[in-house]
Amino acid sequence: MSRFEACVIACAEAFRGDGEILASPMGPVPAVAAKLARRTFEPGLMLSDGVASLVDDDGAIEGWMPYRRVFDVVWWGRRHVMMGATQIDRFGNQNISCLGDFHRPKVQLLGARGAPGNTVHHVTSYWVPRHSTRVFVPAVDMVSGVGYDKDHGPFHEIRVVVTNLGVFDFDTPDHRMAIRSLHPGVSVDEVVQSTGFELHIPSNLPTTRAATETEQALIHEVLDPHGRAAATVA
Amino acid sequence: MTLDKRMTLDDAVAQLSSGMTIGIGGWGSRRKPMALVRALIRSDITDLTVVSYGGPDVGLLCATERVRKVIYGFVSLDSIPLEPHFRRARQTGSVQVEEYDEGMLWLGLEAAARRLPFLPTRAGLGSDVLTYNPHLKTVCSPYEDGEELVAMPALRLDAALIHVHRADQAGNGQILGIDPYFDDLYCRAADRTFMTCERIVPTSALLAEGPIQSLVIQRMMVHGVIETPGGAHFTECLPDYGRDEAFQKAYAKTAKDPASWKAFKSTYLDVDEAAYQAAVEAK
Repeated sequence: MSRFEACVIACAEAFRGDGEILASPMGPVPAVAAKLARRTFEPGLMLSDGVASLVDDDGAIEGWMPYRRVFDVVWWGRRHVMMGATQIDRFGNQNISCLGDFHRPKVQLLGARGAPGNTVHHVTSYWVPRHSTRVFVPAVDMVSGVGYDKDHGPFHEIRVVVTNLGVFDFDTPDHRMAIRSLHPGVSVDEVVQSTGFELHIPSNLPTTRAATETEQALIHEVLDPHGRAAATVA
Repeated sequence: MTLDKRMTLDDAVAQLSSGMTIGIGGWGSRRKPMALVRALIRSDITDLTVVSYGGPDVGLLCATERVRKVIYGFVSLDSIPLEPHFRRARQTGSVQVEEYDEGMLWLGLEAAARRLPFLPTRAGLGSDVLTYNPHLKTVCSPYEDGEELVAMPALRLDAALIHVHRADQAGNGQILGIDPYFDDLYCRAADRTFMTCERIVPTSALLAEGPIQSLVIQRMMVHGVIETPGGAHFTECLPDYGRDEAFQKAYAKTAKDPASWKAFKSTYLDVDEAAYQAAVEAK
């Protein structure tokens, strides 16, 4: 199993159990993963075409979802977003706004976008294609997505952080980030050295599950036939 | 008797002035009232506060130093994720900002449109949006739950600028694209709205190209209507035309090179709208 396949499976597994909700995967690997989940174990998921239509597996339009209605769904809570993170800390605070001092940033990024609202209204996961100490930092420069140590209201859940090295969650007593599984061929040391804070390391460390033959065929023949998503994984 | 609110771009800009708070419709690099933005840049208006789901409207107004403050959830060119001119303005500290969650921006416009002082939301809780907008306050639910919520203040606008596909001369506007974005909210949040359109048609012809649901802008929201074919260029204005990606790429590149910015400005910004469209046609 390739590293790309492990990443897709791990991202797809994030949507397991979600049922009929709007899945909003940001980025090529989460997009392949959400489609894979819908075609296999999570058929209820609803997916946007990235503009204003909800589309089924065959590309048929099944609904109208302009931006204003996306916010309606956000606030309603029937959504699971998988966002990127320029920075993320041990409690899952995420930054996509800017690097450096907010008042005069070294690097202006996207802005907070929907991250503050997403994270306090419905399930959020993150996808990080290059796990490094630049991303996994002790403290983020601008809290865009809200972590577990903040005042986050009643509907907050950061389910998983999937990276090119493994899967991480916050299922610890004080919601500090823990390793959930490592992708095949990845060592604990590699993860620890690529993370700028102390991770909880459980005694039993599973390996991210392998893709089935059916899943492999779907990934390579149907969902990413030209390898564009695969090329984004470090 | 049929009202006639037709005017020119310069007529519209003559009703704007320095220091105003101006809302700009569209989303990112999509259906932006670029002809009005260009007309603003030809004027001597400055010191603006701009409220926008930002794209090149924000970038151009920053690059031409017309903006004191930008109020936004994001500023992006879509196919180029980061707006380079806005980025430059941020990194050189030349503009003030209020950065909100995208949903908070909606609620600020919605509150203004409903003439409310604020609307409550959970969006923003726990995030640095509250840290860097110290004017934001929270309220407690007056009911048993007592939940603390962000009180997103109304974003009142002195003027709104929008671009639509078809309109009649009275100011009824039709959006033929699949997303109306927040344009009607900008109108209701503003004291005055100026609307450009691809084509002015008779009222009786409005339903020839789209269903009744596409008649999103009502004339009571609009103070001036201006026919500007290509008025959203270089942003997307589907189904009439897509984004001019080559032009956008060239525009983005000018942020890093003063000489090419100067050339861009003299070819495309120091000229009137007809000359702009001719230059685009000729390139």
